[in-house]
Amino acid sequence: MTIDRAVSPAQRALEVLGDDLTESTLKRYLDGIPGVDAVGLEQRAAALGTRSIKTTSKAWALDRIIELIDLTTLEGADTPGKVRSLVAKALVPDAGDPSTPRVAAVCVYGDMVPYAVEALGTAHSAGTDEGVNVAAVATAFPSGRASLAVKLADTADAVAAGADEIDMVIDRGAFLSGRYGLVFDEIVAVKEACRRADGSFAHLKVILETGELNTYDNVRRASWLSILAGGDFIKTSTGKVSPAATLPVTLLMLEVVRDWNRLTGEKIGVKPAGGIRSSKDAIKYLVTVAETVGEEWLQPHLFRFGASSLLNDVLLQRQKLRTGHYSGADYVTID
Amino acid sequence: MSNHVTVPKTYKLFVNGAFPRSESGRVYEVTTPKGEFLANAAQASRKDARDAVVAARAAVSGWSGATAYNRGQVLYRVAEVLEGRRAQFEDEIVRLQGVSASAARDQVDEAIDRWVWYAGWADKYAQVAGNANPVSGPYFNLSVPEPTGVVAIVAPQDSALVGLVSALAPALVSGNTVVVIASEAFPLSAITLAEVLATSDLPKGVVNVLTGSPAEIAPWLASHADVNALDLVGAGALEWIDLEIAAAETLKRVLPPEDGPDAAAPALGRITAFTETKTVWHTKSLI
Repeated sequence: MTIDRAVSPAQRALEVLGDDLTESTLKRYLDGIPGVDAVGLEQRAAALGTRSIKTTSKAWALDRIIELIDLTTLEGADTPGKVRSLVAKALVPDAGDPSTPRVAAVCVYGDMVPYAVEALGTAHSAGTDEGVNVAAVATAFPSGRASLAVKLADTADAVAAGADEIDMVIDRGAFLSGRYGLVFDEIVAVKEACRRADGSFAHLKVILETGELNTYDNVRRASWLSILAGGDFIKTSTGKVSPAATLPVTLLMLEVVRDWNRLTGEKIGVKPAGGIRSSKDAIKYLVTVAETVGEEWLQPHLFRFGASSLLNDVLLQRQKLRTGHYSGADYVTID
Repeated sequence: MSNHVTVPKTYKLFVNGAFPRSESGRVYEVTTPKGEFLANAAQASRKDARDAVVAARAAVSGWSGATAYNRGQVLYRVAEVLEGRRAQFEDEIVRLQGVSASAARDQVDEAIDRWVWYAGWADKYAQVAGNANPVSGPYFNLSVPEPTGVVAIVAPQDSALVGLVSALAPALVSGNTVVVIASEAFPLSAITLAEVLATSDLPKGVVNVLTGSPAEIAPWLASHADVNALDLVGAGALEWIDLEIAAAETLKRVLPPEDGPDAAAPALGRITAFTETKTVWHTKSLI
C-alpha cells in the first residue's frame, strides 16, 4: 500500500497534471511516459556524430563552444587562488588572441562563490545578460546525501554569496526506489531557496546523474520530473561518476526538452557535463542540439557544456585554424 | 602437393604502439628496383602525423622519466630481438634494394652494431655531456643534459634499415620520443623494425613510424608546435630550407640533411643534438 501524499504545488506540474497533484498522479504520469527505443536512440546519436564540420563552420562552432562552456573546478583541493586563476582563464581564455570569446560561466563549489564573484568584478553578469555568470554546485554535491535542511541551507548560502546559477543534484536513491514525490518536493524546495532578496531567482540546473540511473527510461522520467518541478536546466552528470555525459543520453534529454517546448511553449536548457574533452566531441553535441531542438538552443541560456579540459582543446583548434599549423599544450595555460 | 596459399603481409603504420592503417585510407605501391610489385604500404596523411605527435607527447614523461640504466636495457633488448629476426630483414632488404644477400647481411650487422653502440650511451652520455662548473662561492654548479621532448625525423631515403636505425637510436637514448617518416622507396624494413620495437619493452608511443611521402608529411611536423626537434637527415631532396624556416617559428632544434653512405654516422653529437642543458646550483654546506 502506498501512502498518497500530496506533493508540492509546482506551477508547471499543476498546469500539466491538473490540480489534484498527489504522489500517485505524479507516478502515474511519469510511469505512463513511453519507453525509450535504446537501439534507435544510439543509432541516431551515432549518425549525428558523423557530420563533417570544416573551415568556416568549424571556426563558428569553436567560438560558440567557448561561449557555451561552464568552466569548472570541483576538486576537494580547490583554493581561492585556484578559483581566481579559473576566473582569469574564463575572462581571457587565450591571451595570444584577443578575439577569443569569453565562457558563459564559472562553476565552483558553494564556498568558493565569494572568491569567484570578487575575481570577476565588473565582468560578473550579476543578473544581467552581459558578462560571466557564477554557477555553484549545491545540495551536498555530488552525492546529494544530506538532509533537506542542509541542502536548502547550502543552496541559500551560495545564492546569498552571489551565485547566478545553482547546480543541484537529485536524490538518485529516492528516484530509483520509486519515491518520485520526494525527489519532486526537493527540487521545488531548492527552487524556492534560489529566491534572492529582491524576489528574483537564481537559475536552477537539475543534475540527474545519468550514470547512476541505469536505463534510458529512467533518464527520460527523471528529465520530465525535473522540468515539472521547476528546473530551468537539466544537466546530465556531476562529472564524478562514470559514465558521465554521453551523446545518446544528451540526445534523449534534448528530446524531452523539445517535447516540453511543444507541449507548453517553454524553453528548458540542457547541460551535458563530464567527459567532453575534445573539440570534435563538443561539435557532435552542437550538431545534436541543432538537429533536435533547433539552432535557437545554441545559446548560453539554453545550452551549456560542463567542462574543464575542453576549453584548452578548443583553443588549440582555434590556433590551428588561425596559424595553419598544429599547436601544442605549451601554448595554452596549465590549469 | 601443398595447398598452402601465401598470406601477404599488410604493411601499416606504427602509432601509439598499434598498427593502424592511414586515416586517409591511402596506400602506395612498393616495388623492387626493377619495378616488380612487392607490397602496398600505408600512405600517411597529415592527420596520421598529428596523431603520432599526440602519442609521442604522451609517452615523453614515462620514457624520459625512466632511469638511464633502464633505457639502456630496453634499447639493448631491441638489438636482441633485431638479431633474432635478421633473416626477415635480410630477405626484405634484398627484395627492396635489389642488393646481394651478403650486402643485406652487412647492412643488418651494421644496424644492430649501431643500435648496441647507442644503447650503451644511455647511462654514459650525461657524464660526458654534463659538467660540474667551477663557480666563485660555496656551491655545486652542475650542468646536465635532458631530453628535449618529441623529435620528428625524416629518415635517410636511400637505405632500408641502417639509415633509419642511425637516425632513430640516438634520439631515443636521452629519453626523447620520436615520430619518424621512413624511406619512401624502402618502407617495409621500417615497419618490420616497428614490429621489433613493439615487442621489445619499449613503451607505446615512444617510437611512431609513418610511411608515405616525406614531402607531404614533413612540413606538418616541421611547423607543429608540439614537436621540439627536427632531424632532417633524409630530407636532402625536399625543400628542406623551408622546413628549417618553419621549424624556427617554434624554436625547434634542427639537424640538417646529410647525403651519401656516411649519412648519420654514429656520433655522440647525434645524441646531444636533441638535449637541453639544465644547470642547477646547490649549496656545498649550510652557510
